[in-house]
Amino acid sequence: MSLRSPLSKILGRGSAKQGVSHWWVQRVTAIALIPLTLWFAYQLIHLPLADYDAVRRWVATGLNPAWLLIFIGAVAWHSSLGVQVVIEDYVPHKGAKVVALLTSTFLHVVLAVVSSYAVLYIVITNFCGGIIPVGFLYLH
Amino acid sequence: MVQLRLPENSRINRNGKVHKAPDGTTNVRTFKVYRYDPDSGENPRVDTFEVDMDSCGPMVLDALIKIKNELDPSLTFRRSCREGICGSCAMNIEGMNTLACTKSCSDVKGDVKIYPLPHMPVVKDLVPDLTQFYAQYAAVKPWLQSRTPAPPDHERLQEPEEQEKIDRPSACILCACCSTSCPSYWWNGDRYLGPAALLAAYRWIIDSRDDATGERLDALEDPFRLYRCHTIMNCTEACPKDLNPAKAIAGIKRMMAEREHA
Repeated sequence: MSLRSPLSKILGRGSAKQGVSHWWVQRVTAIALIPLTLWFAYQLIHLPLADYDAVRRWVATGLNPAWLLIFIGAVAWHSSLGVQVVIEDYVPHKGAKVVALLTSTFLHVVLAVVSSYAVLYIVITNFCGGIIPVGFLYLH
Repeated sequence: MVQLRLPENSRINRNGKVHKAPDGTTNVRTFKVYRYDPDSGENPRVDTFEVDMDSCGPMVLDALIKIKNELDPSLTFRRSCREGICGSCAMNIEGMNTLACTKSCSDVKGDVKIYPLPHMPVVKDLVPDLTQFYAQYAAVKPWLQSRTPAPPDHERLQEPEEQEKIDRPSACILCACCSTSCPSYWWNGDRYLGPAALLAAYRWIIDSRDDATGERLDALEDPFRLYRCHTIMNCTEACPKDLNPAKAIAGIKRMMAEREHA
């Protein structure tokens, strides 16, 4: 039982002087994801998904890899911010909260980097006419 | 994780006392009222009161007063103006936070279920502890802050349009119906200021006579104080004065974004 005044408890350590960017980026990525998701869904519907080579060719065609990278970035960023809010809302224990936030951010970064790497890998191997460059060899 | 069940000593005993209506009464309404007495050491319970509506006023508050006068004088609740301007009798009726004095019994179907405002510590029966709520109101400095000297011979003037902007937000009676209806406030009420305090903050941020807009926005720029609002809009739904705290909070967020990005 603390005898600290109620006002002092509410004022706490003052404002964190941030939060606008979080709010702004979440909305910007949300709007960007509307056309990107529609594009991605449209492409998926029209792809012969059982045909491995056709899908690889599609990934490497024209601006597709660029759009895919933007799509991956927007999804990961938007999801990371969203999950952060859910954790902040529902995990009151400070230690658990920090661990959960760091884990979530780490997983989102891993997801984004690995997905982007996959796209780039397909593009580069395709660009080299099916010959896998030395740097990618260890994957096989 | 967030605590989804009430603590052991707060769980409600549904089989409270039953106060039957006297024989011969025809127009009977049943009221189920949350009761809690901290001195008894017992868990909260729900008491049942059968009220003769032929000798009772139309509002829920009338029924509560009749119950207190005639059936159980230990029933405890706040009330004062009985006309929706003091905000004292805010409580949860039929699952909605509202004022007992302006809620008509005839608007409720079946038994009238009355609980204190949700997720607040209960002092006794329908009386919640609003200490934190009032501290949050005080935290937004709800008064005019001006470095401009007041004119010596008249008031600080406003254009009618400028007055109109603060006209509705100023009508808040601080009944706490909005803040205590907000899930974000339930989970993080110690850090999120809640719709009522933010509506008050907005009222001073947009006041044309106030010079502290920047400082006010600075003080709110925080992931918890302001941005815990997820536009759930229970606040606007609950407000017995038909105000729109959700819109006010959106206005503050817009001003924050404009000052950084526009």
